[in-house]
Amino acid sequence: MSVAVTVESIQKSFANFAALRGVSLDVQPGELVALLGPSGSGKTTLLRLVAGLEQADGGRVLFDETDTRQLSLRDRRIGFVFQHYALFKHMNVAANIAFGLKARPRLERPGNAEIDKRVSDLMELVQLKGLERRFPVQLSGGQRQRVALARALAIEPRVLLLDEPFGALDAKVRKDLRGWLRDLHRRTGHTTLFVTHDQEEALELADRVAILNEGRLEQVGSPDDVYDHPATPFVCEFLGEANKLPVKVVGSQAFFGDRPVLGGLQQNQGGPASLYVRPQHLRIVDDAPLSLPGVVEDIRRNGALRRAEVAVQGLAKRLDVDLASQVAPALGERIRLRITHGSLFAAA
Amino acid sequence: MTLALPAASRSSSWRQPSILPGFGLSLGITISALSLIVLIPLAALFLKAASAGPADIWAIVTSSRTQAALRLSFGAAAFSAIVNAIFGLIIAWVLVRYRFPGRRLLDAAVDLPFALPTAVAGISLAAIYAPNGWIGSLLAPLSFKFTIPLIDLSIGFDGKVAYTPLGVMVALIFIGLPFVVRTVQPVLEEAEVETEEAAALLGASRLRTIFRVILPGIVPALLTGFVLAFARAVGEYGSVIFIAGNVPMVSEIAPLLIVIKLEGFDYAGASVVAMIMLIVSFTLILAINAIQAWSRGRLGHG
Amino acid sequence: MADPTTPVYRTDTALRDGFWIRALLLTLALAFLTLFLFLPLLSVFVEASRKGYAAFAEAVTEPDALSAIRLTLLVAAIAVPFNVVVGIAAAWAIAKFEFRGKSLLISFIDLPFSVSPVISGLVFVLLFGAQGFLGPWLKANNIEIIFALPGLVLATVFVTFPFVARELIPHMQALGSTDEEAALTLGASPWRTFFTITLPNVKWSLFYGVLLCNARAMGEFGAVTVVSGRIRGLTTTMPLHVEILYNEYNSVAAFAVASLLAGLALVTLTLKTYLEWHYADAIAATKRH
Repeated sequence: MSVAVTVESIQKSFANFAALRGVSLDVQPGELVALLGPSGSGKTTLLRLVAGLEQADGGRVLFDETDTRQLSLRDRRIGFVFQHYALFKHMNVAANIAFGLKARPRLERPGNAEIDKRVSDLMELVQLKGLERRFPVQLSGGQRQRVALARALAIEPRVLLLDEPFGALDAKVRKDLRGWLRDLHRRTGHTTLFVTHDQEEALELADRVAILNEGRLEQVGSPDDVYDHPATPFVCEFLGEANKLPVKVVGSQAFFGDRPVLGGLQQNQGGPASLYVRPQHLRIVDDAPLSLPGVVEDIRRNGALRRAEVAVQGLAKRLDVDLASQVAPALGERIRLRITHGSLFAAA
Repeated sequence: MTLALPAASRSSSWRQPSILPGFGLSLGITISALSLIVLIPLAALFLKAASAGPADIWAIVTSSRTQAALRLSFGAAAFSAIVNAIFGLIIAWVLVRYRFPGRRLLDAAVDLPFALPTAVAGISLAAIYAPNGWIGSLLAPLSFKFTIPLIDLSIGFDGKVAYTPLGVMVALIFIGLPFVVRTVQPVLEEAEVETEEAAALLGASRLRTIFRVILPGIVPALLTGFVLAFARAVGEYGSVIFIAGNVPMVSEIAPLLIVIKLEGFDYAGASVVAMIMLIVSFTLILAINAIQAWSRGRLGHG
Repeated sequence: MADPTTPVYRTDTALRDGFWIRALLLTLALAFLTLFLFLPLLSVFVEASRKGYAAFAEAVTEPDALSAIRLTLLVAAIAVPFNVVVGIAAAWAIAKFEFRGKSLLISFIDLPFSVSPVISGLVFVLLFGAQGFLGPWLKANNIEIIFALPGLVLATVFVTFPFVARELIPHMQALGSTDEEAALTLGASPWRTFFTITLPNVKWSLFYGVLLCNARAMGEFGAVTVVSGRIRGLTTTMPLHVEILYNEYNSVAAFAVASLLAGLALVTLTLKTYLEWHYADAIAATKRH
């Protein structure tokens, strides 16, 4: 049931607001791709366009090689899970799941026994056995989410589209369902696109992450790729915390003031640039040729790690530095920081 | 904690403690006014009706004129409530889902029957549905009659609306019109468009989506609106008497029968007819509450 | 594959009503509203002006008409304030306190909505009429209730009893009690709290309720028919005056007085719509009455 989805320079505007400005994206068969972006970035619009719920102003969407404009909604065979699930409140769980099978034209419609069997298999798959007769209001958020997923899977979709699949759930259930969904995808192998604004969720779940901002695709790549090698400052800041240093590139080195802080650059272009460094990529060193002196002004607990705030002369904002548990500088101590990894963007 | 205990135990068990003042005063005013204006007078009605004695009550209830009046009131009310359920649903749908110039004006106009005095509605409906009225004159040439064979039921229309039972229905449609619209409208407004999109993506045709997804969700509201329109129509008087013609046994509604009995100083007779109508009305209210409780439990909205 | 000659499938029809369905439903809705709302309303003004302005003016200024107008205003001027006071009291008790029997009390307050107007009048005749429970005593003490102003007021109060309370209760419940609690802890007296905090908070829904209450009070027909006795120039309110004129086949005069009431309805509707557009949050969404 795998299918490749091709999005070709899609444009879409809503009354004076350009939601998508020329987005192109390829999804491989069986791939799990996250559409990640802040609200208003166009990610949900893109998902709805792929589904056929919106019409593009320009560009097109292909399934394999078929232009989806030739397909009716039914023939697209899209499994769509809405953010708030959109379950049919007046139908019980089994009827919700069976809806897509019963809605088929008479000739393609499976027999009742066949439908019952499929519903029962799906109930098993989403681990809701025994809740067939419940109504949606009688289910927890996580259970509703799984019913919505089972309902979408019932029509054997070519593509599974999930809009903020965990958006309406509390943190604990979210984490559990994340692993469960990853597992389910591994077993069923549906080509899947899901929308999220939570970078952690995207990085953990997806084979590839597509980052959208203001209607444009900023970068597409594997989680490691986009996290460690962001293509734009937006991607770098959206995916995680980063310290920003104004630097000047001369030859293969980046200088903060007149002090070299990062070497081995292969960038051809010299001149002013911004260096983005994540807190975990700053290490306290005794002495090193490429290092930054600073004073520890505060140390706080930040989840599993401790976070030091280090004032550096010539920088208005203190640097955030993640501390491994064995090293613990004292407040007010003068230290040197070495940048182990950073992303360099030419200043605009 | 120890300080709070005596305060909590001092307050009477039937109400929760509150620091706000005025509970006794406000509840006192409410209950006094309610008793004097509503409850005691209604009790007097039941007392009066009961004082007639079982034999007399039975005679009044079973008299052919009472039966004809009740049958007309309930029959015409049921018919008009059905018409209002159908058109009220259409109007609510059009108002919520379509965008067209004048929509808000139309929306506001739906409440006209609530605001227009019933006597005014009565004489204007009589004027336009009379044989020489704007609509009546158009309908006059359209008379027909046919009989359904098996059940031997004749359906006919002699071109007249005003001064016939049809006129009663016209008036009852007018006064019941807002109820269905105003109960269905908010439910349609709150309904997630996403459930319709989900149905379409799952392969349902528009018709299937309408009948399997949209309509079942608003059935409780539709039923509530229907019962409200019906309850209002059963007791309606002002708008009906001008257009009904008020022929005993044919187009005489139950509230008019009460007035006629009263004008003939037949207090007991009037009370018995009133009591029957009240019992039916109160049963209907219980039905509405049951519908709403059911729908809250099942669908998560009232 | 993407041959430009292949028809582009419009997915719209599965998602939205197609053009013909829209056209059909819109036409049905408009036709129904025209037949049952707009034409009757229009006919009131057309019939009233059938014999020109002079006849209209004559009909609404003759002594009986003026007396009917005065009586209508007087009845409303007593019944509406009464229901405002009781409505506020009921809303205060119900919205601010938790006590047993509350839902029963709400049902009782709503009761007049489900009582036929004729019965609303009848109950007072049974109590205060010549043959009523208190009739002989009233007669002995020379007190007139039925076929007099008190009867008209009582019947009107009964019919309009729920209007104010029913708009205020949901609004006051939604607002909660924190504002009042804050005022009281700051040392405000109960009455000061009520007049400076509670009343301003609910003023729009109160106005809304008063508006509907007043429209019904001035337009009530069935209940006052029974208690009025229709003594021309004395106990006829405007709707009763309309009936008398209509039954005398004085159609132009009947419609002239009716047009005043229709004008009142239009003003009510306009104000009501204005309030709903501008103070939607304040006014309880329960639009039925």
